[in-house]
Amino acid sequence: MKTESKLQKLLDSGHFAVTAEIGPPKHASAHGIRHHAHMLKDYVDATNITDCQTAIVRLSSIASAVHILDCGLEPIVQMTCRDRNRIAIQSDLLGAYSLGVRNLLCLSGDHQKFGNEPSAKNVYDIDSIQLIYLMRRMRDEKLFFSGEPIKEHEPRFFIGAVANPFADPFEFRVARLEKKVEAGAEFIQTQCIFDMERFERFMEMVRERGIHERVHILAGVTPLKSWRAAKYLQTSVSGMIVPDDIVERLKKAEDPKREGIEICIEQIKHIRNIPGVHGVHIMAIAWEEVVPEIVERSGLFPRPKVE
Amino acid sequence: MIIAQQKPIKDIAAMIADCKKVLLVGCAGCVTVCLSGGEKETEVLASSLRIMRRLQGNPLETVTYTATRQCDPEYIEALENLVKNVDAVVSLACGVGVQYIAERFHDKWVVPAQNTMFVGGSTAHGVWEERCGLCGDCILHRTGGICPIIRCSKSILNGPCGGSQYGKCEISKDVDCAWQLIYDRMKALGKLDKLLEIQPPKDWSKSRDGGPRKAIREDVMIG
Repeated sequence: MKTESKLQKLLDSGHFAVTAEIGPPKHASAHGIRHHAHMLKDYVDATNITDCQTAIVRLSSIASAVHILDCGLEPIVQMTCRDRNRIAIQSDLLGAYSLGVRNLLCLSGDHQKFGNEPSAKNVYDIDSIQLIYLMRRMRDEKLFFSGEPIKEHEPRFFIGAVANPFADPFEFRVARLEKKVEAGAEFIQTQCIFDMERFERFMEMVRERGIHERVHILAGVTPLKSWRAAKYLQTSVSGMIVPDDIVERLKKAEDPKREGIEICIEQIKHIRNIPGVHGVHIMAIAWEEVVPEIVERSGLFPRPKVE
Repeated sequence: MIIAQQKPIKDIAAMIADCKKVLLVGCAGCVTVCLSGGEKETEVLASSLRIMRRLQGNPLETVTYTATRQCDPEYIEALENLVKNVDAVVSLACGVGVQYIAERFHDKWVVPAQNTMFVGGSTAHGVWEERCGLCGDCILHRTGGICPIIRCSKSILNGPCGGSQYGKCEISKDVDCAWQLIYDRMKALGKLDKLLEIQPPKDWSKSRDGGPRKAIREDVMIG
Protein backbone atom coordinates (compact mmCIF):
# COMPACT_ATOMS: atom_id res chain seq x y z
CA MET A 1 0.00 0.00 0.00
CA LYS A 2 1.36 3.39 -1.00
CA THR A 3 1.04 6.07 1.59
CA GLU A 4 1.75 9.78 1.47
CA SER A 5 5.01 9.19 3.33
CA LYS A 6 8.05 10.74 1.71
CA LEU A 7 10.19 8.25 3.58
CA GLN A 8 8.32 5.38 1.95
CA LYS A 9 8.72 6.91 -1.51
CA LEU A 10 12.46 7.26 -0.99
CA LEU A 11 12.91 3.74 0.33
CA ASP A 12 10.65 2.16 -2.29
CA SER A 13 12.59 3.88 -5.05
CA GLY A 14 15.81 2.36 -3.77
CA HIS A 15 17.43 5.35 -2.09
CA PHE A 16 19.58 4.83 1.01
CA ALA A 17 17.51 6.69 3.61
CA VAL A 18 18.73 8.83 6.47
CA THR A 19 16.60 9.34 9.55
CA ALA A 20 17.50 10.97 12.83
CA GLU A 21 15.90 11.32 16.20
CA ILE A 22 14.67 14.32 18.11
CA GLY A 23 13.89 13.91 21.78
CA PRO A 24 11.16 16.32 22.91
CA PRO A 25 11.96 18.47 25.96
CA LYS A 26 10.87 18.11 29.57
CA HIS A 27 8.96 21.36 29.37
CA ALA A 28 6.16 22.98 27.44
CA SER A 29 8.12 24.97 24.84
CA ALA A 30 8.66 23.82 21.26
CA HIS A 31 11.57 26.21 20.79
CA GLY A 32 14.27 23.48 20.94
CA ILE A 33 12.36 21.04 18.72
CA ARG A 34 11.89 23.73 16.08
CA HIS A 35 15.54 24.69 16.32
CA HIS A 36 16.60 21.08 15.74
CA ALA A 37 14.05 20.59 12.97
CA HIS A 38 15.39 23.59 11.04
CA MET A 39 18.92 22.34 11.57
CA LEU A 40 18.17 18.81 10.33
CA LYS A 41 15.64 19.38 7.60
CA ASP A 42 18.00 19.34 4.63
CA TYR A 43 20.14 16.55 6.03
CA VAL A 44 17.66 13.82 6.89
CA ASP A 45 14.60 12.36 5.19
CA ALA A 46 12.55 12.12 8.36
CA THR A 47 13.01 12.34 12.10
CA ASN A 48 11.70 10.13 14.85
CA ILE A 49 9.96 11.85 17.67
CA THR A 50 10.43 9.77 20.76
CA ASP A 51 7.44 8.97 22.94
CA CYS A 52 8.51 9.79 26.49
CA GLN A 53 11.78 7.93 26.00
CA THR A 54 13.15 6.02 28.99
CA ALA A 55 9.70 6.63 30.49
CA ILE A 56 10.49 10.26 31.27
CA VAL A 57 7.61 12.70 30.91
CA ARG A 58 8.29 14.86 27.87
CA LEU A 59 6.37 17.03 25.45
CA SER A 60 4.03 14.72 23.54
CA SER A 61 5.41 13.04 20.43
CA ILE A 62 2.34 13.94 18.40
CA ALA A 63 2.43 17.60 19.42
CA SER A 64 6.16 17.66 18.66
CA ALA A 65 5.50 16.11 15.26
CA VAL A 66 3.20 19.00 14.37
CA HIS A 67 5.98 21.48 15.17
CA ILE A 68 8.38 19.43 13.04
CA LEU A 69 5.94 19.39 10.13
CA ASP A 70 5.57 23.11 10.47
CA CYS A 71 9.33 23.44 10.00
CA GLY A 72 9.21 21.49 6.74
CA LEU A 73 10.54 18.19 8.06
CA GLU A 74 8.80 14.82 7.95
CA PRO A 75 8.16 13.28 11.39
CA ILE A 76 8.02 9.63 12.39
CA VAL A 77 5.80 9.45 15.43
CA GLN A 78 6.85 6.84 17.97
CA MET A 79 4.01 5.13 19.76
CA THR A 80 4.70 3.00 22.81
CA CYS A 81 2.35 0.46 24.32
CA ARG A 82 3.45 1.39 27.82
CA ASP A 83 1.17 4.34 28.47
CA ARG A 84 -2.01 3.80 26.49
CA ASN A 85 -4.69 1.19 26.12
CA ARG A 86 -6.13 0.36 22.71
CA ILE A 87 -8.73 3.12 22.95
CA ALA A 88 -6.15 5.84 23.61
CA ILE A 89 -3.73 4.49 20.99
CA GLN A 90 -6.33 4.55 18.23
CA SER A 91 -7.63 7.94 19.25
CA ASP A 92 -4.14 9.47 19.38
CA LEU A 93 -3.16 7.97 16.05
CA LEU A 94 -6.34 9.17 14.31
CA GLY A 95 -5.46 12.57 15.71
CA ALA A 96 -1.85 12.34 14.54
CA TYR A 97 -2.91 11.41 11.03
CA SER A 98 -5.43 14.26 10.92
CA LEU A 99 -2.56 16.61 11.77
CA GLY A 100 -0.45 15.41 8.85
CA VAL A 101 1.71 12.68 10.39
CA ARG A 102 2.39 9.91 7.88
CA ASN A 103 5.01 7.70 9.54
CA LEU A 104 4.47 5.60 12.62
CA LEU A 105 6.96 3.59 14.66
CA CYS A 106 5.44 0.93 16.91
CA LEU A 107 7.31 -0.13 20.02
CA SER A 108 6.64 -1.54 23.46
CA GLY A 109 8.46 1.27 25.28
CA ASP A 110 10.99 1.35 28.10
CA HIS A 111 9.63 0.16 31.43
CA GLN A 112 8.46 2.97 33.72
CA LYS A 113 10.99 1.90 36.32
CA PHE A 114 13.66 3.88 34.42
CA GLY A 115 11.82 7.15 34.21
CA ASN A 116 10.81 10.02 36.43
CA GLU A 117 7.51 8.38 37.36
CA PRO A 118 8.63 4.95 38.53
CA SER A 119 5.47 4.44 40.59
CA ALA A 120 3.23 4.90 37.54
CA LYS A 121 0.78 2.17 36.59
CA ASN A 122 1.84 0.87 33.20
CA VAL A 123 -0.65 -0.26 30.61
CA TYR A 124 0.77 -2.72 28.06
CA ASP A 125 -2.78 -3.54 26.92
CA ILE A 126 -1.35 -4.67 23.58
CA ASP A 127 2.24 -5.36 22.61
CA SER A 128 4.29 -3.87 19.76
CA ILE A 129 3.61 -6.72 17.33
CA GLN A 130 -0.11 -6.50 17.99
CA LEU A 131 0.10 -2.74 17.47
CA ILE A 132 1.79 -3.21 14.09
CA TYR A 133 -0.78 -5.79 13.05
CA LEU A 134 -3.75 -3.71 14.18
CA MET A 135 -2.50 -0.51 12.53
CA ARG A 136 -1.90 -2.36 9.28
CA ARG A 137 -5.42 -3.76 9.47
CA MET A 138 -6.81 -0.32 10.30
CA ARG A 139 -5.21 1.03 7.14
CA ASP A 140 -5.60 -1.85 4.68
CA GLU A 141 -8.88 -3.35 5.84
CA LYS A 142 -10.38 -0.20 7.33
CA LEU A 143 -11.17 -1.83 10.64
CA PHE A 144 -10.77 -0.53 14.16
CA PHE A 145 -8.91 -2.85 16.53
CA SER A 146 -12.25 -4.28 17.63
CA GLY A 147 -13.17 -5.20 14.07
CA GLU A 148 -15.73 -2.42 13.70
CA PRO A 149 -15.49 -0.82 10.23
CA ILE A 150 -13.95 2.62 9.82
CA LYS A 151 -16.54 4.20 7.58
CA GLU A 152 -14.25 6.83 6.09
CA HIS A 153 -10.83 8.44 6.34
CA GLU A 154 -8.81 5.51 7.62
CA PRO A 155 -5.31 6.52 8.78
CA ARG A 156 -2.76 5.53 6.13
CA PHE A 157 0.50 5.37 7.99
CA PHE A 158 3.79 4.02 6.70
CA ILE A 159 4.32 1.52 9.51
CA GLY A 160 7.64 0.93 11.18
CA ALA A 161 9.01 -1.15 14.02
CA VAL A 162 12.27 -1.66 15.85
CA ALA A 163 14.68 -4.58 16.08
CA ASN A 164 17.45 -5.14 18.56
CA PRO A 165 20.17 -7.46 17.27
CA PHE A 166 21.98 -7.10 20.60
CA ALA A 167 19.30 -8.43 22.90
CA ASP A 168 18.87 -12.09 23.79
CA PRO A 169 18.09 -14.77 22.86
CA PHE A 170 20.15 -13.81 19.81
CA GLU A 171 19.00 -16.73 17.65
CA PHE A 172 15.41 -15.63 18.09
CA ARG A 173 16.01 -11.96 17.15
CA VAL A 174 15.76 -12.52 13.41
CA ALA A 175 12.67 -14.68 13.89
CA ARG A 176 11.12 -11.91 15.93
CA LEU A 177 11.99 -9.39 13.24
CA GLU A 178 10.28 -11.65 10.73
CA LYS A 179 7.28 -11.81 13.02
CA LYS A 180 7.09 -8.02 12.95
CA VAL A 181 7.26 -8.07 9.15
CA GLU A 182 4.51 -10.71 9.08
CA ALA A 183 2.45 -8.46 11.33
CA GLY A 184 2.82 -5.64 8.81
CA ALA A 185 5.97 -3.64 9.54
CA GLU A 186 7.29 -1.94 6.40
CA PHE A 187 10.42 -0.37 7.79
CA ILE A 188 12.65 -1.32 10.68
CA GLN A 189 15.01 0.83 12.71
CA THR A 190 17.58 -1.05 14.75
CA GLN A 191 19.04 -0.43 18.17
CA CYS A 192 22.35 1.53 18.11
CA ILE A 193 25.04 -0.63 16.58
CA PHE A 194 28.48 -0.69 18.17
CA ASP A 195 29.21 -4.40 17.81
CA MET A 196 29.50 -4.50 14.03
CA GLU A 197 30.41 -8.19 13.98
CA ARG A 198 27.17 -9.15 15.68
CA PHE A 199 25.17 -6.88 13.40
CA GLU A 200 26.82 -8.48 10.35
CA ARG A 201 25.81 -11.92 11.66
CA PHE A 202 22.30 -10.64 12.26
CA MET A 203 22.07 -9.31 8.69
CA GLU A 204 23.39 -12.59 7.31
CA MET A 205 20.51 -14.39 9.01
CA VAL A 206 18.13 -11.70 7.72
CA ARG A 207 19.32 -12.29 4.16
CA GLU A 208 19.14 -16.08 4.54
CA ARG A 209 15.44 -15.71 5.29
CA GLY A 210 14.95 -13.08 2.57
CA ILE A 211 13.54 -10.61 5.12
CA HIS A 212 15.53 -7.71 3.64
CA GLU A 213 13.43 -8.04 0.48
CA ARG A 214 10.20 -7.64 2.42
CA VAL A 215 11.11 -4.75 4.67
CA HIS A 216 13.39 -1.70 4.67
CA ILE A 217 16.03 -2.00 7.37
CA LEU A 218 17.59 1.19 8.72
CA ALA A 219 20.64 0.58 10.88
CA GLY A 220 20.85 2.60 14.10
CA VAL A 221 23.99 4.55 15.01
CA THR A 222 24.84 6.84 17.91
CA PRO A 223 27.78 9.26 18.13
CA LEU A 224 29.34 8.98 21.57
CA LYS A 225 30.67 12.01 23.42
CA SER A 226 33.03 10.29 25.83
CA TRP A 227 34.37 6.96 27.02
CA ARG A 228 32.16 7.31 30.06
CA ALA A 229 29.08 7.43 27.84
CA ALA A 230 30.33 4.30 26.07
CA LYS A 231 31.00 2.59 29.38
CA TYR A 232 27.54 3.52 30.63
CA LEU A 233 25.89 1.99 27.57
CA GLN A 234 28.13 -1.04 27.93
CA THR A 235 27.37 -1.72 31.56
CA SER A 236 24.09 -0.08 32.50
CA VAL A 237 21.77 -0.28 29.52
CA SER A 238 20.09 -3.59 28.91
CA GLY A 239 20.08 -4.85 25.34
CA MET A 240 23.24 -2.99 24.30
CA ILE A 241 26.65 -4.36 23.39
CA VAL A 242 29.55 -1.90 23.26
CA PRO A 243 32.92 -3.54 22.45
CA ASP A 244 35.86 -2.62 24.67
CA ASP A 245 37.86 -1.23 21.74
CA ILE A 246 35.32 1.59 21.30
CA VAL A 247 35.63 2.49 24.99
CA GLU A 248 39.43 2.37 24.71
CA ARG A 249 39.52 4.44 21.53
CA LEU A 250 37.48 7.19 23.16
CA LYS A 251 39.59 6.98 26.30
CA LYS A 252 42.82 7.49 24.36
CA ALA A 253 41.46 10.25 22.13
CA GLU A 254 42.73 13.80 22.61
CA ASP A 255 39.33 15.16 21.64
CA PRO A 256 36.79 12.45 22.57
CA LYS A 257 33.85 14.29 20.98
CA ARG A 258 35.65 14.50 17.62
CA GLU A 259 36.60 10.84 17.95
CA GLY A 260 32.97 9.94 18.66
CA ILE A 261 31.92 11.64 15.43
CA GLU A 262 34.74 9.90 13.51
CA ILE A 263 33.67 6.48 14.83
CA CYS A 264 30.06 7.19 13.85
CA ILE A 265 31.06 8.19 10.30
CA GLU A 266 33.19 5.04 9.95
CA GLN A 267 30.26 2.96 11.13
CA ILE A 268 27.88 4.53 8.60
CA LYS A 269 30.36 3.99 5.77
CA HIS A 270 30.68 0.35 6.82
CA ILE A 271 26.93 -0.12 7.19
CA ARG A 272 26.29 1.27 3.70
CA ASN A 273 28.13 -1.73 2.28
CA ILE A 274 26.16 -4.35 4.19
CA PRO A 275 23.72 -5.97 1.77
CA GLY A 276 20.12 -5.61 2.83
CA VAL A 277 20.56 -2.39 4.82
CA HIS A 278 18.42 0.34 3.27
CA GLY A 279 19.29 3.30 5.40
CA VAL A 280 20.75 4.66 8.57
CA HIS A 281 19.01 5.97 11.66
CA ILE A 282 21.11 8.45 13.66
CA MET A 283 20.25 8.64 17.33
CA ALA A 284 22.38 11.53 18.55
CA ILE A 285 20.87 11.53 22.01
CA ALA A 286 20.81 15.21 23.12
CA TRP A 287 23.52 15.98 20.53
CA GLU A 288 21.39 16.65 17.45
CA GLU A 289 23.68 19.45 16.20
CA VAL A 290 26.33 16.97 15.01
CA VAL A 291 23.94 15.17 12.66
CA PRO A 292 24.50 17.47 9.63
CA GLU A 293 28.26 16.97 9.79
CA ILE A 294 27.87 13.19 10.16
CA VAL A 295 25.49 13.01 7.19
CA GLU A 296 27.68 15.21 5.02
CA ARG A 297 30.96 13.48 5.82
CA SER A 298 29.39 10.04 5.38
CA GLY A 299 28.69 10.96 1.77
CA LEU A 300 24.94 11.09 2.27
CA PHE A 301 24.43 14.74 1.43
CA PRO A 302 22.56 16.18 -0.40
CA ARG A 303 19.48 14.11 0.25
CA PRO A 304 17.54 12.95 -2.80
CA LYS A 305 14.30 14.71 -3.67
CA VAL A 306 11.08 12.81 -4.30
CA GLU A 307 7.77 14.04 -5.61
CA MET B 1 -1.63 -19.30 47.03
CA ILE B 2 -2.09 -15.68 48.05
CA ILE B 3 1.12 -14.10 49.26
CA ALA B 4 0.83 -11.27 51.76
CA GLN B 5 3.28 -9.33 53.86
CA GLN B 6 2.60 -7.69 57.18
CA LYS B 7 2.49 -3.90 57.18
CA PRO B 8 5.05 -2.10 59.36
CA ILE B 9 3.86 -2.19 62.96
CA LYS B 10 3.79 1.61 63.22
CA ASP B 11 1.32 1.72 60.31
CA ILE B 12 -0.93 -0.85 61.98
CA ALA B 13 -0.67 1.00 65.29
CA ALA B 14 -1.63 4.27 63.59
CA MET B 15 -4.82 2.72 62.23
CA ILE B 16 -6.00 1.81 65.74
CA ALA B 17 -4.45 4.74 67.62
CA ASP B 18 -7.75 5.79 69.20
CA CYS B 19 -8.81 2.28 70.26
CA LYS B 20 -8.59 0.83 73.76
CA LYS B 21 -9.37 -2.76 72.90
CA VAL B 22 -8.95 -4.54 69.58
CA LEU B 23 -9.56 -7.98 68.16
CA LEU B 24 -6.79 -9.38 65.98
CA VAL B 25 -7.99 -12.05 63.58
CA GLY B 26 -5.49 -14.35 61.94
CA CYS B 27 -6.25 -16.68 59.07
CA ALA B 28 -5.24 -20.32 58.84
CA GLY B 29 -5.28 -20.20 55.04
CA CYS B 30 -2.67 -18.85 52.63
CA VAL B 31 -1.24 -16.28 55.02
CA THR B 32 -0.38 -19.01 57.48
CA VAL B 33 1.57 -20.83 54.77
CA CYS B 34 3.48 -17.69 53.81
CA LEU B 35 4.12 -16.97 57.50
CA SER B 36 2.54 -13.56 57.62
CA GLY B 37 -0.90 -13.91 59.20
CA GLY B 38 -1.29 -17.26 60.95
CA GLU B 39 -1.84 -17.94 64.63
CA LYS B 40 1.79 -17.33 65.58
CA GLU B 41 2.02 -14.03 63.69
CA THR B 42 -1.29 -12.90 65.20
CA GLU B 43 0.02 -13.47 68.73
CA VAL B 44 3.32 -11.75 67.97
CA LEU B 45 1.55 -8.76 66.46
CA ALA B 46 -0.83 -8.48 69.42
CA SER B 47 2.04 -8.59 71.84
CA SER B 48 4.07 -6.03 69.85
CA LEU B 49 1.15 -3.62 69.71
CA ARG B 50 0.57 -3.97 73.46
CA ILE B 51 4.23 -3.29 74.24
CA MET B 52 4.30 -0.31 71.92
CA ARG B 53 1.20 1.20 73.49
CA ARG B 54 2.39 0.51 77.04
CA LEU B 55 5.61 2.38 76.28
CA GLN B 56 3.50 5.27 75.03
CA GLY B 57 1.57 5.30 78.33
CA ASN B 58 -1.64 4.42 76.54
CA PRO B 59 -2.20 0.69 77.13
CA LEU B 60 -4.03 -1.43 74.58
CA GLU B 61 -6.06 -4.51 75.33
CA THR B 62 -6.01 -7.25 72.70
CA VAL B 63 -8.05 -10.33 71.95
CA THR B 64 -6.82 -12.82 69.37
CA TYR B 65 -8.52 -15.41 67.23
CA THR B 66 -7.47 -17.38 64.18
CA ALA B 67 -10.20 -18.23 61.71
CA THR B 68 -9.98 -21.36 59.58
CA ARG B 69 -10.44 -19.05 56.62
CA GLN B 70 -11.60 -15.47 56.43
CA CYS B 71 -12.85 -15.86 52.85
CA ASP B 72 -15.86 -17.99 53.86
CA PRO B 73 -18.83 -16.45 55.74
CA GLU B 74 -19.26 -19.52 57.96
CA TYR B 75 -15.87 -18.96 59.58
CA ILE B 76 -16.52 -15.25 60.08
CA GLU B 77 -19.77 -15.95 61.96
CA ALA B 78 -17.74 -17.40 64.80
CA LEU B 79 -16.34 -13.92 65.51
CA GLU B 80 -19.67 -12.41 66.53
CA ASN B 81 -19.21 -12.52 70.29
CA LEU B 82 -15.62 -11.36 70.14
CA VAL B 83 -16.33 -8.43 67.83
CA LYS B 84 -19.04 -7.04 70.11
CA ASN B 85 -16.62 -6.08 72.86
CA VAL B 86 -13.86 -4.36 70.89
CA ASP B 87 -13.35 -0.94 69.33
CA ALA B 88 -11.78 -2.34 66.16
CA VAL B 89 -10.86 -5.51 64.33
CA VAL B 90 -7.40 -5.99 62.84
CA SER B 91 -7.50 -8.63 60.12
CA LEU B 92 -4.32 -10.49 59.32
CA ALA B 93 -5.88 -12.14 56.27
CA CYS B 94 -5.54 -11.08 52.66
CA GLY B 95 -7.74 -8.27 51.39
CA VAL B 96 -10.63 -10.69 50.97
CA GLY B 97 -10.66 -11.45 54.69
CA VAL B 98 -10.62 -7.78 55.64
CA GLN B 99 -13.59 -7.13 53.37
CA TYR B 100 -15.51 -10.17 54.59
CA ILE B 101 -15.18 -9.05 58.20
CA ALA B 102 -16.09 -5.45 57.32
CA GLU B 103 -19.11 -6.63 55.39
CA ARG B 104 -20.34 -8.92 58.16
CA PHE B 105 -19.77 -6.40 60.96
CA HIS B 106 -20.65 -3.25 59.09
CA ASP B 107 -20.70 -0.94 62.11
CA LYS B 108 -17.22 -2.00 63.24
CA TRP B 109 -13.90 -0.34 62.36
CA VAL B 110 -11.93 -3.04 60.47
CA VAL B 111 -8.35 -2.50 59.36
CA PRO B 112 -5.83 -4.50 57.32
CA ALA B 113 -2.62 -5.69 58.94
CA GLN B 114 -1.24 -6.98 55.68
CA ASN B 115 -0.41 -5.88 52.19
CA THR B 116 -1.87 -8.53 49.89
CA MET B 117 0.70 -8.93 47.18
CA PHE B 118 0.28 -11.63 44.60
CA VAL B 119 -0.50 -15.22 43.71
CA GLY B 120 2.65 -17.25 43.86
CA GLY B 121 4.56 -20.08 45.36
CA SER B 122 7.79 -20.64 47.24
CA THR B 123 11.01 -21.01 45.30
CA ALA B 124 13.18 -21.57 48.37
CA HIS B 125 12.64 -21.52 52.11
CA GLY B 126 11.43 -18.02 52.89
CA VAL B 127 11.22 -16.91 49.25
CA TRP B 128 7.96 -16.54 47.37
CA GLU B 129 7.54 -15.53 43.76
CA GLU B 130 4.61 -14.39 41.69
CA ARG B 131 3.49 -16.92 39.14
CA CYS B 132 -0.03 -16.01 38.03
CA GLY B 133 -1.58 -12.73 36.89
CA LEU B 134 -5.15 -13.87 37.53
CA CYS B 135 -6.06 -12.75 34.00
CA GLY B 136 -9.02 -15.12 33.69
CA ASP B 137 -7.93 -16.52 30.32
CA CYS B 138 -4.98 -18.86 30.73
CA ILE B 139 -2.52 -19.07 27.85
CA LEU B 140 0.15 -21.25 29.49
CA HIS B 141 -0.31 -23.90 26.78
CA ARG B 142 1.07 -21.40 24.26
CA THR B 143 4.05 -20.30 26.28
CA GLY B 144 5.62 -23.48 27.57
CA GLY B 145 3.96 -23.24 30.97
CA ILE B 146 5.53 -19.86 31.79
CA CYS B 147 3.18 -16.92 32.24
CA PRO B 148 4.18 -13.82 30.24
CA ILE B 149 1.27 -11.82 31.61
CA ILE B 150 2.82 -11.63 35.04
CA ARG B 151 6.40 -12.75 34.60
CA CYS B 152 7.20 -10.40 31.70
CA SER B 153 7.38 -6.89 33.12
CA LYS B 154 5.60 -5.57 30.00
CA SER B 155 3.09 -8.45 29.73
CA ILE B 156 4.20 -8.99 26.14
CA LEU B 157 2.46 -11.84 24.36
CA ASN B 158 4.85 -11.79 21.40
CA GLY B 159 8.14 -11.35 23.22
CA PRO B 160 10.94 -10.99 24.06
CA CYS B 161 11.31 -7.23 23.94
CA GLY B 162 14.61 -5.50 23.18
CA GLY B 163 15.53 -5.23 26.85
CA SER B 164 16.19 -8.94 27.32
CA GLN B 165 19.87 -9.70 27.83
CA TYR B 166 21.80 -12.60 29.31
CA GLY B 167 18.47 -14.15 30.30
CA LYS B 168 17.50 -11.19 32.47
CA CYS B 169 14.79 -8.54 32.25
CA GLU B 170 15.68 -4.90 31.66
CA ILE B 171 14.10 -3.90 34.96
CA SER B 172 16.62 -5.80 37.09
CA LYS B 173 19.43 -8.30 36.90
CA ASP B 174 17.55 -10.22 39.60
CA VAL B 175 14.53 -10.76 37.37
CA ASP B 176 14.52 -13.55 34.80
CA CYS B 177 13.32 -12.62 31.33
CA ALA B 178 10.11 -14.60 31.03
CA TRP B 179 10.54 -14.80 27.27
CA GLN B 180 14.04 -16.23 27.56
CA LEU B 181 12.53 -18.92 29.80
CA ILE B 182 9.71 -19.46 27.30
CA TYR B 183 12.17 -19.61 24.41
CA ASP B 184 14.41 -22.13 26.19
CA ARG B 185 11.51 -24.33 27.13
CA MET B 186 9.85 -24.26 23.70
CA LYS B 187 13.21 -25.02 22.12
CA ALA B 188 13.72 -27.99 24.42
CA LEU B 189 10.21 -29.20 23.54
CA GLY B 190 10.91 -28.80 19.81
CA LYS B 191 8.07 -26.29 19.54
CA LEU B 192 9.88 -23.06 18.61
CA ASP B 193 7.67 -22.69 15.54
CA LYS B 194 4.75 -22.01 17.89
CA LEU B 195 6.45 -18.77 18.94
CA LEU B 196 6.32 -17.51 15.35
CA GLU B 197 2.54 -17.33 15.42
CA ILE B 198 1.30 -13.80 16.08
CA GLN B 199 -0.65 -13.87 19.32
CA PRO B 200 -3.72 -11.63 19.07
CA PRO B 201 -4.49 -8.89 21.59
CA LYS B 202 -5.67 -10.26 24.87
CA ASP B 203 -9.29 -10.14 25.96
CA TRP B 204 -8.83 -8.29 29.22
CA SER B 205 -12.57 -8.30 29.90
CA LYS B 206 -11.96 -11.61 31.67
CA SER B 207 -9.37 -9.94 33.85
CA ARG B 208 -9.58 -7.28 36.55
CA ASP B 209 -10.51 -4.68 33.95
CA GLY B 210 -13.87 -6.33 33.45
CA GLY B 211 -15.00 -5.48 37.00
CA PRO B 212 -15.31 -7.93 39.91
CA ARG B 213 -15.44 -11.47 38.61
CA LYS B 214 -17.70 -14.23 39.80
CA ALA B 215 -17.36 -18.01 39.64
CA ILE B 216 -20.49 -20.13 40.02
CA ARG B 217 -20.81 -23.86 40.63
CA GLU B 218 -24.52 -24.57 40.48
CA ASP B 219 -24.01 -28.20 41.52
CA VAL B 220 -22.89 -27.19 44.99
CA MET B 221 -25.29 -24.29 45.49
CA ILE B 222 -27.88 -24.71 48.22
CA GLY B 223 -31.42 -23.47 47.80
